[in-house]
Amino acid sequence: MPTPDASSRPRKVNRLGLTPSDYKGKPSTLCKGCGHDAISSQLIRAFFESDVRPHQVAKLSGIGCSSKTPAYFLNHSHGFNAVHGRMPSVATGAVLANRRLVAVGVSGDGDTASIGIGQFVHLVRRNLPLIYIVENNGVYGLTKGQFSATADENAALRSGEVNRLPNIDLCGMAIELGATYVARSFAGDPKQLVALLRGALAHNGTAVLDILSPCVTFNNHAGSTKSYTWGKDNEEPIHILDFVPAMDQIEVEYEEGTDQEVQLHDGSWVRLRKLERGYDPTDRRAAQELVLEANEKNLFLTGLLYLDTSKRTFLDSLELCDEPLALLSEDQLRPPPEILDEVVASYR
Amino acid sequence: MSDKTALAEEVAPSGIEPEPIVNDLAIQVATVNGSGSQSSNLVLLRALFRMGIPVGGKNLFPSNIAGLPTWFTIRANRDGWVARKRNVDYLVALNPQTAIRDVESLSPGSAVVYEEGLRLERRRDDVVFYPAPFQELAAEVTREVRLRKLLANMIYVGLLGELLSIDVEEIFGAIDSQFRSKKAAVELNRRAVEIGIRHARENLVKQDPFTLERMDKNRGKVLIDGNAAAALGAMFGGASVATWYPITPSSSVVEQLTGFLKRYRKGPDGKATYAVVQAEDELAAVGMALAAGWAGARAMTATSGPGISLMSEFVGLGYYAEIPLVIWNIQRVGPSTGLPTRTAQGDILSTYTLSHGDTKHVCLLPASTRECFEFGWKAFDLAERLQTPVFVLSDLDLGMNIWATEPFEYPDRPMDRGKVLTREDLERLGGTFQRYADVDGDAIPYRTLPGTEHPGAAYFTRGSGHDEGAEYTESEEAYVRIMARLDRKFETAREMVPPPVVDQTEPATPLGIIGFGSSDPAIEEARTRLREEAAIEMDYLRLRALPLGPSVLDFITARQRVVVLDQNRDGQVLQLLRAEYGDRIPSGVLRSLRHYSGHPMDAQTIVDYVTEMEIGAV
Repeated sequence: MPTPDASSRPRKVNRLGLTPSDYKGKPSTLCKGCGHDAISSQLIRAFFESDVRPHQVAKLSGIGCSSKTPAYFLNHSHGFNAVHGRMPSVATGAVLANRRLVAVGVSGDGDTASIGIGQFVHLVRRNLPLIYIVENNGVYGLTKGQFSATADENAALRSGEVNRLPNIDLCGMAIELGATYVARSFAGDPKQLVALLRGALAHNGTAVLDILSPCVTFNNHAGSTKSYTWGKDNEEPIHILDFVPAMDQIEVEYEEGTDQEVQLHDGSWVRLRKLERGYDPTDRRAAQELVLEANEKNLFLTGLLYLDTSKRTFLDSLELCDEPLALLSEDQLRPPPEILDEVVASYR
Repeated sequence: MSDKTALAEEVAPSGIEPEPIVNDLAIQVATVNGSGSQSSNLVLLRALFRMGIPVGGKNLFPSNIAGLPTWFTIRANRDGWVARKRNVDYLVALNPQTAIRDVESLSPGSAVVYEEGLRLERRRDDVVFYPAPFQELAAEVTREVRLRKLLANMIYVGLLGELLSIDVEEIFGAIDSQFRSKKAAVELNRRAVEIGIRHARENLVKQDPFTLERMDKNRGKVLIDGNAAAALGAMFGGASVATWYPITPSSSVVEQLTGFLKRYRKGPDGKATYAVVQAEDELAAVGMALAAGWAGARAMTATSGPGISLMSEFVGLGYYAEIPLVIWNIQRVGPSTGLPTRTAQGDILSTYTLSHGDTKHVCLLPASTRECFEFGWKAFDLAERLQTPVFVLSDLDLGMNIWATEPFEYPDRPMDRGKVLTREDLERLGGTFQRYADVDGDAIPYRTLPGTEHPGAAYFTRGSGHDEGAEYTESEEAYVRIMARLDRKFETAREMVPPPVVDQTEPATPLGIIGFGSSDPAIEEARTRLREEAAIEMDYLRLRALPLGPSVLDFITARQRVVVLDQNRDGQVLQLLRAEYGDRIPSGVLRSLRHYSGHPMDAQTIVDYVTEMEIGAV
């Protein structure tokens, strides 16, 4: 399992006085080396480094190997492991009830791209503030290795069975449908992943992170396009991405080679350094073209594919009060008797 | 005298004055869906209501936006019986597609107001015919073709007004209330009514015995549909998240709730103290509501049969993970798409045990708009107290039809938010709690809300096997313990739900009836008629909730014959009674009366059934 390099190891205590172990979860019951566990580790690190109060976090999931993982990070956060493919609606309800929650949804490729595709579509369309993680391994792990809808065309199972259907590209769909933070990453690239997660935490809107997360048991063989080896051999970051927290900005010198900085909702920044491609992730058409190109050429392009910090969120369009609905008092929730008299009189 | 009145005279020769029938008739207006007759029907209904006559309105409509036949029935009855009456006394025949059949189905002595072009007078010689040139009369009101079509409907209000002696000022008052601030509409509609009255005065001679007189039976009452009452009840119950997917006949619950909330539930800053979301389907609607309940909102959804089927999986999760949620099921005719615009009580068993595995749910059974309001707020208290999904099973008849009712009573107690531990509670408890432990002996555990600022507040909610600490487990002991506690919690619920309403004589009559929901008005009417017409006394137990309370068995065992009235084919409540009480009910006591035509329950069906049974039993 890949580990972060020593230079970027987390501080021992964050600004809340919490240690990384305050962000840990139960021991994982997934297979040794599972990509999902690597992602959980980066979630722990991102929440720790971004000084997120664990009690403010709600962890939501559907069903599948990926959906078990909310038990394996942030023990001090409420978690809700719901029904298959329905994490988006559960996340929506939780955020509606309490808009102060930092909602992180964990799903898989089966949970999202097949049974849950409808809810995925509508969640993205609403731009609900939510970090939506797809731990994408191209197979159904818990039911022992059937192809999922993100499996690449002509990819082969260990049994030799070949997938003849085209894959569903969740990043492409997310951009098309109006997600405002869309990234593709790799469980084997912790440095990029943690920066993307921290960016997602600072973003106000739906952040979709489609993360290649190899299934070591059912889809890590030669011929798989979702294996560690394939990921390592094929990953092509579109930029080098750094997350710069709001309070660090004044201390940090403008770094040589920075090509683009985008300020996020909470005042922090993502800083991008170009690689071969001159890519602007705030350009929606360019993002769509990039995804198309990646699919056509079977490229594994990772990084922040799309970012829109201007679109209003679902909570904005509902014009919700600032106080969480769940915490409203009886006098805020139950109009007085005169109102009942008034309404009833209108039916005379 | 015109030819038209001569037609009527054949039926009732001059000199023989029929005995007047005062304040006891059913008027049926047969029109084409989408023709705009609903406003006229409501004006007619409201005019009678304002005259102080007990009245109810029922819309029999197709699953269609325009073009198919629709019938609106108004029943006025001095004794207060407003259940469906099988026989129509006054037919307004404006729909060429159905006019002949509508006329043929009338009882002798009925009256027909009709578009004269339909030439219906040739069809019967035992009913009274009142022809009128509707389009021609409407043309007097306006030259605008589209308006003329709409106003033709108001012509019959004028015709009926004159023929039945409806107070014209009350018609005008009803028009004002129907069109409120739209002054031009008020003027046009008044004019149309006047033209109808004039036509009747000049061209028709009253030949039928039906007439209406002012009474004083509606003082303080209002006219309202059950779904509006449900929505109001929900608002006064503090509904804060309502997520839904449109489906007849439940759509008007959340639509009307939205209207109330917009008006009455804005904070001082003008922002909403609620969220209403039209979801992408019923799965999402219930998922959102369930999670909102989990996070501490007063969450609800409203749907009907097909939506209930789709919500099944989430409801099982709500039961097992113990999450409060209110679900309104406005029942319609199934199975499958069934008759989407007809009424039934066909989802009792499927809702009661919705979802796979061992599940059972609290179901409230409102029988009136007042109970729709009352259960509208009480359902939230029960759901949060019991930490479980609570269903309210209304139906199309109760939900979409219009009922006169006493005003609703403001909730008589503060909201019960149930067993929720705050940060302070957790500190007092030493920082830990067991999410699924039975601390108080009532089998209801404690919960915390996400966002509670305490490191010990968090727990993990899951639909998979869990122990008292909410940890994942496949232990059979833990599974059995949790399931047994859920069973005990249901016993706690049994004590908390609204008890049945029992109307019985002392000593108990050998005959009883058990019914629920929208059957109530027909049952009450039937009991009175049986008493007056056949000297048969029948005690009545009205179920108001599931699980069944202990008084139900007492009621049954104290009698020799108990009719169980179900508006479904399979006698679902009868089955439930048998499953619940088994051998404790002596064989032969329960008799099953099943009405499932899709029409609202009527008294005659009950009278016929009981009369035949009792004559056989004597």
